[in-house]
Amino acid sequence: MELYEQTIHDLQAQLQARQVSSVEITNSFLNRIESTDQSINAFITVTKEQALLDAAAADQRIAAGDCAPLTGIPVALKDIFLTEGVRTTCASKMLDNFIAPYDATAWARIKSQGAVLLGKLNQDEFAMGSSCENSAFGPTRNPWNREHIPGGSSGGSAAAIAAQQAVATLGTDTGGSIRQPASHCGCVGLKPTYGRVSRYGVIAYASSLDQVGPITRDVTDAALLLEAIAGHDPKDSTSVDCPVPNYTAALKQGVKGLKIGLPKEYFIDGLDADVQQAMDQAIATYRRLGAEFVEVSLPHTNYAVATYYLIATAEASSNLARYEGVRFGHRAKDTAGLIDLMMQSRSEGFGAEVKRRIMLGTYALSSGYYDAYYIKAQKVRTLIQQDFIEAFKSVDLLLTPVAPTPAFRIGEKTADPLQMYLSDIFTIPVNLAGICGISVPAGASSTGLPIGLQLLGRPFGEETILRAAFDFEQATDWHTKKAAL
Amino acid sequence: MRFQPVIGLEVHVQLKTDSKIFCGCSTRFGAEPNLNTCPVCLALPGALPVLNQKVVEFAIMAGLATNCSISPTNIFARKNYFYPDLPKGYQISQFDLPICLAGHLDIAVGDQTKRIGITRIHMEEDAGKLVHGQDGGSGVDLNRAGTPLLEVVSEPDMRTADEAVAYLKKLYQIVTYLGICDGNMEEGSFRCDANVSVMPVGSDTFGTRAEIKNVNSFKFVKAAIDYEIARQIELIEDGGKVVQETRLFDPNKGVTRSMRGKEEAHDYRYFPDPDLVPVVISDDWIKRVKRELPELPEVKFNRFLTEYSLPEYDADVLTSSRTLADYFEQCAQTCTNAKAAANWVMGELTRSLNDNGISLEQCPVSPAQLAGLIRLIDGGTISGTIAKKVFEEIWKNGGDAAAIVEQQGLAQVSDTGAIEAAIDQIMAANMGQVEEYRGGKDKVFGFFVGQVMKAMKGKANPAVVNDLLKQKLAG
Repeated sequence: MELYEQTIHDLQAQLQARQVSSVEITNSFLNRIESTDQSINAFITVTKEQALLDAAAADQRIAAGDCAPLTGIPVALKDIFLTEGVRTTCASKMLDNFIAPYDATAWARIKSQGAVLLGKLNQDEFAMGSSCENSAFGPTRNPWNREHIPGGSSGGSAAAIAAQQAVATLGTDTGGSIRQPASHCGCVGLKPTYGRVSRYGVIAYASSLDQVGPITRDVTDAALLLEAIAGHDPKDSTSVDCPVPNYTAALKQGVKGLKIGLPKEYFIDGLDADVQQAMDQAIATYRRLGAEFVEVSLPHTNYAVATYYLIATAEASSNLARYEGVRFGHRAKDTAGLIDLMMQSRSEGFGAEVKRRIMLGTYALSSGYYDAYYIKAQKVRTLIQQDFIEAFKSVDLLLTPVAPTPAFRIGEKTADPLQMYLSDIFTIPVNLAGICGISVPAGASSTGLPIGLQLLGRPFGEETILRAAFDFEQATDWHTKKAAL
Repeated sequence: MRFQPVIGLEVHVQLKTDSKIFCGCSTRFGAEPNLNTCPVCLALPGALPVLNQKVVEFAIMAGLATNCSISPTNIFARKNYFYPDLPKGYQISQFDLPICLAGHLDIAVGDQTKRIGITRIHMEEDAGKLVHGQDGGSGVDLNRAGTPLLEVVSEPDMRTADEAVAYLKKLYQIVTYLGICDGNMEEGSFRCDANVSVMPVGSDTFGTRAEIKNVNSFKFVKAAIDYEIARQIELIEDGGKVVQETRLFDPNKGVTRSMRGKEEAHDYRYFPDPDLVPVVISDDWIKRVKRELPELPEVKFNRFLTEYSLPEYDADVLTSSRTLADYFEQCAQTCTNAKAAANWVMGELTRSLNDNGISLEQCPVSPAQLAGLIRLIDGGTISGTIAKKVFEEIWKNGGDAAAIVEQQGLAQVSDTGAIEAAIDQIMAANMGQVEEYRGGKDKVFGFFVGQVMKAMKGKANPAVVNDLLKQKLAG
């Protein structure tokens, strides 16, 4: 098996046993990127020279006996993470020329272990989108079928794993942006509890919803990465100061005796038949493993998408105000005065979807509409949170589909934003409630596109969903399937 | 028609913290442009604010000192607007849940006191500043961006510019007493916006108000308000209408002029900042701050009356600033003669500071040094006249009063022998005056005192001189 086909824990064992060097591993991935990325477009920036230098440094570190879990492991990051000295674009023309002057905390933590950065991954511009088509650097294609989208917004992160261009990546999940692309690309995608991972140095889309998480080849790697990035960060007030469990150790506990809830609002008529079938099979598998199922209700699910698009856009309209061409990023030329400079810079720098959401959010917050939209949405958000709290009184975790359909075709929904927004219907409530969720490969469509399964846990209940995901993975072989490329 | 002005003030108090409100950058004034900046105050992508707890502590202090109630839950909100000195495109401030609510300050109006309501006090960050170059270009200096401010909003309870100034001075005194503001008005540490309107006397409906922005001296506040009142009255009397607008005061011309009109009114789109968690202030926290609160001017004033038996005038002058009060008190406690300490501090000390144009913080004579001097007077070692010479000596060259007196032989003579000898000599040389005195002309007594003191080069103990003279002259 090629080095680029392996997992973190495989490579780690070989690195520790000195059977392979980080330089060899890194080269394996760099070559893979070179040979495949023209057809996938997962990378915006490949940091080849620096990666090889860092790999060599990691090899020295390993030789000196100082080997942390991620030492010498090559990873790639969604281009929303600030990486010191490396261009960080957020897939926007606005930041086309932006060289980050500092590291995001999540990346800094991995880097301090000696991980190697392969490059920065494509995404929807400022993480706004569900298909990875809204990028100033062109759409990313799904490695399983290049006519299809990889999902979004962390589409590049998921596609890079599916195309075996990186062993692990980090994405961000605001309304499903890790879980949905992971599902569409046949990867494991974990959205931790809000506050579990620092957002410092991650370009903000919607601050109260954004959360950093790993996209990996299997559940063990997801646990490994989460262990590395989780924990309080004094630079992020919303990161929670509570101990980080040993996630990898928690995996082995199995699901026997766990009570899994099936929210009836997620198993609706019109759910894609292949998705429905994958869910039925997954439920059967879990029953066999000794889990118990009960139907639960999350009655406010219907309002989640509307609520999300009010809160997320409101926060985004404010978060994106700093991009005005005055101090960094894109600046329009030949402008007439201050107002014109700001207006032209923003008009030229932002893409259509970003502008649409800024306008939506500006409207939702404007005087006279604030109570009717933003405040109302916050109230509904509380109701959605309470739905989950209520459900978790009787169950240990919830099982749902990740997306209503497998990956759709490129261009299929771009003309109809509302249709696009509905593709996150099963992931969005999780962000509104701030709880954790994981997407694991659980099937394939009749046309061979991956289908993911979503497991949702209580706040800071990552151990439970990870062990349930791990048990499922052990009982099935979906995670071993590879896109033919 | 006669008009009644209505004045409300919004005061920006820059807090004396070492670091900014949402990052660890220094708040030092006057650094090279953009030296005191980091990703947070530059609003670089990905940067997040973390609240400086000291700011909350200072805000609680200000609230307690102005009789406000302290909100148990505090939310920071974003005030959204575009301006190049506002790097994030929003200012982090407080909106519907400010930290302090419904307080008041009492000011003196003539012989009366008047209560001025304080609507709210909230915490916020300052913006940066634009530096306009000669070539027409402008630069952005973000050193000040993120400097912590308290905004103290009064009720429209003031009716004259003098009342506004009295309120402002009182507030200034409190925040500097608390040690939460350096009080440097020239550097903008304490600045105010004045809302001024006029209405016909007897009316209960306020007129349309104009806001005068960023006035940073007591003198200018008075001038600006007085000008604005006159302008509005004249406007109305001429049949015009006051428009709601923001105006700037031009200190050179003594006039206010329009800055921006109503048509540019902003919709700030306030909403709770999702990057900051609510600040919960427990009763224990408030109690702790209360315990550690320094003594406030009013309390100090009353204590000075009772503890040191000072006249009201003295207590008022001495408590006008915390440094002056502290100086006095240290001196009084060391010398145990409070009235003498008060006289020296208000008299010789203040005069010398003024003559040399320096502040009390820079004073070369310490309270202990002054106390030493007062003790020498009280102990009869030196007279008041000599004491002034000794004070000058300490001011110029430092040193201890007793040592100076000894080195320079300035101690007063209480030795009756020496004084008697001098008296005898003077009486012998002025027998005419002796006769006059004995004939009942008491006034010549002063002549003899003067002569003796002159002969003793001012060092004779006046009490001893008096006693001996009386005996001898009586024959």
